[in-house]
Amino acid sequence: MDDPSKKSGFAPRKNVRSVLLVALALVLLAVLPQLAELFDQPAMVSLATRIVILAIAAASLNLALGYCGLVSFGHAAWYGIGGYVVGILYKHYVSGDPLFGLPLGTDQMLITLPVAILVSGLFAAVFGALSLRTSGVQFIMITLAFAQMIFFFFVALKAYGGDDGLIVRRRNILPLIDARDGATFYWVCLFIAIAWFALLRRIVGSRFGAVLAGVRQSERRMAAIGVSTYRYKLAVFVISGMGAGLAGALMANHARFVSPDMLHWTQSGEFMIMVILGGAGTLLGPAAGAAVLILLETQLAAFTEHWQVILGPLLVLMILFTRGGLSGLLKLLRGGSNG
Amino acid sequence: MSLLMEQALNGVQLGVTLFLLAAGLTLIFGIMGVINLAHGSLYMIGAYAMAAVAAGTGSFLLAFPAGLAAAGIAGVLMEYLVVRRLYARDHLDQVLATFGLILFFNQLTTILFGRQPLFVQIPDFLNGSVMIGGIVRYPVYRLAIIAVGLATAIGLYLLIARTRLGMLIRAGATNREMVRALGVDIRLLYTVLFGVGAMLAGLAGVMAGPILSVQVGMGEQVLILTFVVVVIGGVGSVRGAFIGALAVGMVDTMLRAYLPGLLRQLMAGPDADALAAGLSAMGVYMLMAIVLLVKPQGLAPAHG
Repeated sequence: MDDPSKKSGFAPRKNVRSVLLVALALVLLAVLPQLAELFDQPAMVSLATRIVILAIAAASLNLALGYCGLVSFGHAAWYGIGGYVVGILYKHYVSGDPLFGLPLGTDQMLITLPVAILVSGLFAAVFGALSLRTSGVQFIMITLAFAQMIFFFFVALKAYGGDDGLIVRRRNILPLIDARDGATFYWVCLFIAIAWFALLRRIVGSRFGAVLAGVRQSERRMAAIGVSTYRYKLAVFVISGMGAGLAGALMANHARFVSPDMLHWTQSGEFMIMVILGGAGTLLGPAAGAAVLILLETQLAAFTEHWQVILGPLLVLMILFTRGGLSGLLKLLRGGSNG
Repeated sequence: MSLLMEQALNGVQLGVTLFLLAAGLTLIFGIMGVINLAHGSLYMIGAYAMAAVAAGTGSFLLAFPAGLAAAGIAGVLMEYLVVRRLYARDHLDQVLATFGLILFFNQLTTILFGRQPLFVQIPDFLNGSVMIGGIVRYPVYRLAIIAVGLATAIGLYLLIARTRLGMLIRAGATNREMVRALGVDIRLLYTVLFGVGAMLAGLAGVMAGPILSVQVGMGEQVLILTFVVVVIGGVGSVRGAFIGALAVGMVDTMLRAYLPGLLRQLMAGPDADALAAGLSAMGVYMLMAIVLLVKPQGLAPAHG
């Protein structure tokens, strides 16, 4: 992971054009429900909500993968756990059965989201502490294997639906605003996403972020100057898992359904694709990657049921010929050299 | 006693199947530095080619080499077209590109053969069962898998320890650049090695065909178990792959066999079965966690 061509972990220098672009994108995103109504495309809001939620997950993975070089192939686990927290709390809220002997069920989003973040962070801490004993390719395999183990756990969890998953019949509620309305929920997700990206920006620009970049470039060197790298890696892994859990909790609300599919290893793969597609180690890249991948999937799926037979080779070609994901592709199209 | 014996043999049988996959995966990683997620796809290709030829001709003796050949050819093509360009890349690129290959192979197989699993008859001359040591009746076909697996393990050991190709393989695993500098055609060596790994995966798929259902997704299920084997054994080590494969095969089989009975003494039948299924599916990962706690580099690391 000591690729010198990658961008440094520091926040990119502000320039007027990129600030304007981001501002324009934000305005467009904010009025998207109105645009959808204008163009008579009601499905657009739901699609956009999915993209915004997955962007949170991809950006969280990117914090570990892009900034710190921890190639985690198991982030679907934290995402799925976040989703299951919402599902399980809702089930207990509806049935009134106690959870751990306490009346803990709830459908208040202000409670479910923080609990989802905490629980996924807790699991990420336990499994991260084990996984981080290894590095390189073993780390990839181990995160994948542990995620698979958690997947099997939920498949076997018959009390919460097992294979079939859990239906969250009605979306969690928020005080004052009606989160059950599609457009409102989209704005809630967008707001959370913006807050999460702002937090990531702070993290990356901080001293902590500088250490992460150092670990990515040369862990040995960081250790040599007296940094206890294991603690930093664990911290970033946990933060990253919390973000994925947040995304999972939002997705459970959006889809009103959680199932072991959320933890499937292909979901982990998709998160990685989003990160690489948009550009690892860039702040907004994963959001762009999530948008492109989901739109591409939707388009291909409308075109043929066997869309993966097209997406797979596209992915291979992208990795082989455009190293920097989309930005590399743009460079290639402009006739510049890649790499 | 006879149940224990039978389950032990089942464990060995799963173990040698996993070994065939893990040996290829770990060799390819150890020497070329490539992590190949599509290794499971080669297993699937072997199984499907075998099932298709067996259904078409009715002959296991034709289907067996056909499966091996299909996996081998697919492997060489995969190396030539895609993997060759990934040697110099980091693991992340390798994971994603081979992930793309999995999507492609799975969907292509769905298009060609549909979603319904295929079933393959056990050939007549391997059908039936034999008494072993007067204790347990065991299916001949499963014994044949164990025999072929062990023979392949010995063959692989001889290949690596005693032949010129094996010498190059060992040298390549120790210092790739030096082997290249000494004038060895490393590209050819890589392609040959990838083909060998693919055929081992294909062999595992071909042999698993008649006892499992041949279906899309079978490759990934076994791939993730193979990863566990490789991590337990030590990445890049064929000896470790053998130890790890037997350990995983044994733990997985024993948990599946005995855990439901144990749990049923503690709770109601269906609950116990569900919990046991979950716990035994998680068992090998627990084993991996324990091994990692004690020996982060695996049981038999490749270097030192």
